[in-house]
Amino acid sequence: MSDKKKVRIAFFDFADCEGCQLQLTYLNLNFLGLLEHCEIVNFREAMSEASDEYDLVFVEGSIMRPHDEERVKKIRSIAKILVAYGACACTGGVNGLRRRFTDDEAKEIVYKDRPWTIEAGWPRPVHEVVKVDYYIHGCPTNNDETVKAVKSILLGKGYTPPDYSVCIECKFKENVCLFEKGQVCMGPVTRAGCGAWCTSSLNTCYGCRGLLSNPAEEGHMEILAKHGYTIDTLKQKFDLYNMCRLEAEKNG
Amino acid sequence: MADMLSKKELNINVEYLTRVEGHGNVVINVKDGKLEKCHLEVIEAPRFFEAMVRGRSIFEVQHITSRICGICSVGHCTASVKAVEDAIQYKISEQTKLLRKLLLHLEILDSHILHAYFLVAPDALGVKSVVPLIKTHKDVVLRALRMKKQYSDMCDILAGRHTHPISICPRGWTKLPSRKDLEKMKEIFLSQVEDLKATVDIFKTVKLPIFERATEYVALTHPNEYALYEGDLTSSDTKELVKPRDYKKIIHEYHVAHSTAKHSKNARSSYMVGALARININFDKLNNEAKGVADALGFKVPCYNPYMNTVAQVIEVAHCTYDSLRIIDGFLSKGMDYNDVVTSWPTEKELTNFKVNAGTGAGLVEVPRGVLAHEYTVDDKGIVRNANCVIPTNQNLANVDLDMQKLVPEFIDKSKEEITLLAEMLVRAYDPCISCSAHVLDVRFV
Repeated sequence: MSDKKKVRIAFFDFADCEGCQLQLTYLNLNFLGLLEHCEIVNFREAMSEASDEYDLVFVEGSIMRPHDEERVKKIRSIAKILVAYGACACTGGVNGLRRRFTDDEAKEIVYKDRPWTIEAGWPRPVHEVVKVDYYIHGCPTNNDETVKAVKSILLGKGYTPPDYSVCIECKFKENVCLFEKGQVCMGPVTRAGCGAWCTSSLNTCYGCRGLLSNPAEEGHMEILAKHGYTIDTLKQKFDLYNMCRLEAEKNG
Repeated sequence: MADMLSKKELNINVEYLTRVEGHGNVVINVKDGKLEKCHLEVIEAPRFFEAMVRGRSIFEVQHITSRICGICSVGHCTASVKAVEDAIQYKISEQTKLLRKLLLHLEILDSHILHAYFLVAPDALGVKSVVPLIKTHKDVVLRALRMKKQYSDMCDILAGRHTHPISICPRGWTKLPSRKDLEKMKEIFLSQVEDLKATVDIFKTVKLPIFERATEYVALTHPNEYALYEGDLTSSDTKELVKPRDYKKIIHEYHVAHSTAKHSKNARSSYMVGALARININFDKLNNEAKGVADALGFKVPCYNPYMNTVAQVIEVAHCTYDSLRIIDGFLSKGMDYNDVVTSWPTEKELTNFKVNAGTGAGLVEVPRGVLAHEYTVDDKGIVRNANCVIPTNQNLANVDLDMQKLVPEFIDKSKEEITLLAEMLVRAYDPCISCSAHVLDVRFV
């Protein structure tokens, strides 16, 4: 690696909470180790230096306004590899909840009688705007997975996130199933990779890593029916993180 | 602003201000010797959280509002669960309250250390970011990373993780720390004594700009403690005590013609919230360790220099560290009630004929950047019908602008680069969190 040119990495954030970038500050010494193989050329939250030359780009956040759309398209045109980093970028995240309202309704709720014209935009995951090469899911992302994915991408092997359910990881943790405790959990249909983070702290899975590519929806329904829940309970749980995908499927 | 300035023309436009949380621009414009424009503009896409939580269950609203901001997620969760409990008239246990206080301390510690070391120190040491410091001040960088990692590890122990904590829910805690966990946390805090000392030593040498503008300070206040988790809202000007539900008696949000951003004021045209405001109001309630740090750093109240907000944060680091130890020691000596846990959602059983008291409630909490208010109206099915969130950064916006409008004429003889840096440092001193603020701010293009 020493005589090779360092890989130039850039981070860009759009509409989100920046919590996924924040995860990187917890990497501690691993973070410094990473700097020996690559050079961070853009990380606005932590650095004033900035460059327009980069190889590997992490895009965090949902794309909302035309202005953001242009910006991400420019980033895509420069980047060799673009990674959607975190739920807002990968699936639209909780920003998708905004899609339950039209622009005017949303403005009315938040800005009430204010006459200002504001540009609300429409929340979209990055892949609805530009091509995404790799996905690192989660709200927030999990550093174990991020390190694994970045290493693999730097080695030229790419990264494919797990396509099995959170239940698998939850079973490995020997957790008692939350349905047995009278809770509704999104684990059965949600993509693993978080190490059953929430369920291990005895909260339910909220589905932040998105639906599996082929979720066992019927199985999930059966579990719900067995415990006496209605389809409405499920629907509300589903759209917390999956609004954009549900709409995309509805629209073919 | 009407005074003629010695410099006839000056145009500063810092786009995408760095080393702040979120997207903002600094705009300064002097034309014909007059200061025409001088403010911080927020350019982050608005996210409409008040719309996002409408129609959602009170049992997931803290999960959603936590996503307003990664850095302040504990604060948003805490304000959110308090607002829900106030709306449905639910009383939590003393143990839950102490756990929340401890978690809030950890977020304040983590955020203040991030701000002081990564966002402020580079300016003081004349570099653009923390990255060059890895070569020149490796021990300093390693210390900051170590402390941050320790706070994060302790959040993991206490709430599953720091960013978007898992165990904190309406009604209580889902998973309690074991005795071993508590001992581990105590050990980590005790191991930080040297790092704390070194942190104070750094801020003895850091030279902050000398600039003063007396303003009104707003914070929570409590008769028995340094108010962070709970208290009445008060102002340094009016000294009135306002119950959380009546927060609008002090926090007057308003719109100004020259800007589309929502500002706040009370007795004057602006006020300040955050560490400096809290210490100016509640200095006597700080613990002795924190007062010792204030002494060592030559900090005296009232302090009217906004750049000193970072010093106030360092003082709070000492306060929160030793108050956390006090809480942990209490748990260790009295033991925890391991039956005092809740499920994050009502159980199957509870859901039969599920009903709560409908009503409106408010949760006010001091978070790293100042007082945060969440207010929800909840129906008897536990669905949020209306929400309002008042963010510390928004409350500070008017005050930042007024500071900048005093600062620029005072330093007008300096070079454009020096003025730019001073203005950037001023904005950073407030530790603005623009992700938070953008949930209600309009967008203004430059």
